Amino acid sequence: MFRTVAELVEIAEKENILISEVMIRQEMDVQEKSRDDVFAEMEKNLQVMERAIDDALKGVESVTGLTGGDAVRIQTYMKEKTPLSGHLLLDAVSKAMGTNEVNAAMGIICATPTAGSAGCVPGTLFAVKNQLNPTREQMIRYLFTAGAFGFVVANNAFISGAAGGCQAEVGSAGAMASAAIVEMAGGTPQQSAEAFAITLKNMLGLVCDPVAGLVEVPCVKRNAAGSSLAIVSADMALAGVTSKIPCDEVIGAMYRIGKQMPSSLRETGEGGLADTPTGRLLKEKIFGISV
Amino acid sequence: MKYNSVFDIIGPVMVGPSSSHTAGAARIGKAARNLFGKQPTWAKIYLYESFAKTYKGHGTDFALAGGLLGLETDDPEISKSLDTAKEKGLEIEFIEDSASADHPNTARLVIGDDSEQLELVGISIGGGKVEITELNGFALRLSGNHPAILIMHSDRFGAIASVTKILAKHEINIGHMEVNRKDVGKEALMVIEVDQNVEDTILKELESADHIIQISKIVS
Repeated sequence: MFRTVAELVEIAEKENILISEVMIRQEMDVQEKSRDDVFAEMEKNLQVMERAIDDALKGVESVTGLTGGDAVRIQTYMKEKTPLSGHLLLDAVSKAMGTNEVNAAMGIICATPTAGSAGCVPGTLFAVKNQLNPTREQMIRYLFTAGAFGFVVANNAFISGAAGGCQAEVGSAGAMASAAIVEMAGGTPQQSAEAFAITLKNMLGLVCDPVAGLVEVPCVKRNAAGSSLAIVSADMALAGVTSKIPCDEVIGAMYRIGKQMPSSLRETGEGGLADTPTGRLLKEKIFGISV
Repeated sequence: MKYNSVFDIIGPVMVGPSSSHTAGAARIGKAARNLFGKQPTWAKIYLYESFAKTYKGHGTDFALAGGLLGLETDDPEISKSLDTAKEKGLEIEFIEDSASADHPNTARLVIGDDSEQLELVGISIGGGKVEITELNGFALRLSGNHPAILIMHSDRFGAIASVTKILAKHEINIGHMEVNRKDVGKEALMVIEVDQNVEDTILKELESADHIIQISKIVS
């Protein structure tokens, strides 16, 4: 079993296989399952992601009315205008936010690695897909590559906002997406690691401060940040840019920063944006209590 | 390793909005129900830290209720669980406890009916993954990922051997095992995680082994 990104990349390089293949083989080995079974299980997750995006692009709204409709708004803008940030990037942003709009509306999603950060991996996948034209197998591999990196983070640091802040959730999710994009675009395992490190570095210190404790504000838009950063970092890594701080050390830094975060900034809905005049007012409106 | 499958990271498929506060909570509720072996008629649920502060927004309350009713994380019925619980005669009380806990997402469930009760502490460690850390006063670590057998027994020599001998005879592999006791020679709890589901006939056989008091199982 690989424990670090360095080990993961080393196995891939030594055996001359993709990161996704390392993850698939480990899963087969540890769970004693056939390749077909492991692929079939991931295919189911892919279908859930696809359905969530479809639902989002038809328009959804959460029970509180705080979130919903932005994915559609962005798609409409893309059709009518030429987006400054580029079509692919904005498409990813729209699909990432859409996934989280479905999540906030209590729809069915696939946690990647968590529900609050569920937009980054599928959002980027279904945007990059239109340019790279992957096979269905490559799309499933995308999820295994993302999962391989998430696996290292989960075992060496944390992936929940309550434990390590939003850097552990959207930070991990965006970084996982970066690594997967690189592999799909034909980059090396090491380039996946560089992309992962670049994204996570730029998410360090991000707190988890949901208004009224709901996975809505700012969670939905943080998935926009995670997915766009994922694409930019992937491009940087594919261009040959490297991270001066190795990937595993960035994960270590994320862990230590999370450990130093006060509980008011770890999914308690007490600090940060939750503790702004408007944040408090929204909470009062939603729950009908004064705070 | 806390996480051992890629599907802990890419997954679970679930009803939103939070993997730790909704999906994880549902799994803690379900573990409690499975251990109790039937639907309880009442439940007192103590919530700590992040669970206590945000449970309404995250649907932690209906998810725990859904778990107690036996629902899975991706069952759309889960969002109606508080009403369904009432209909099915399950009274649930949520208590926000201000005491600190070892993990920010901690729930203590005391559930029961007219004849018996069970107390369990579960933590939701992220991405929908949970651990059961306490059962009826015994400290333990149960992932809920694998089927498990929980065996209450007397703290005597030979108790463990009598159990493992039966499992070996039926070619059941033990993935993880731990033993806890309240005091020397008193009640003890054996927790055995296995790779495959254990048939009821084997449970019966285990029940009649030396020094065994009570057996329950968790189906993963």
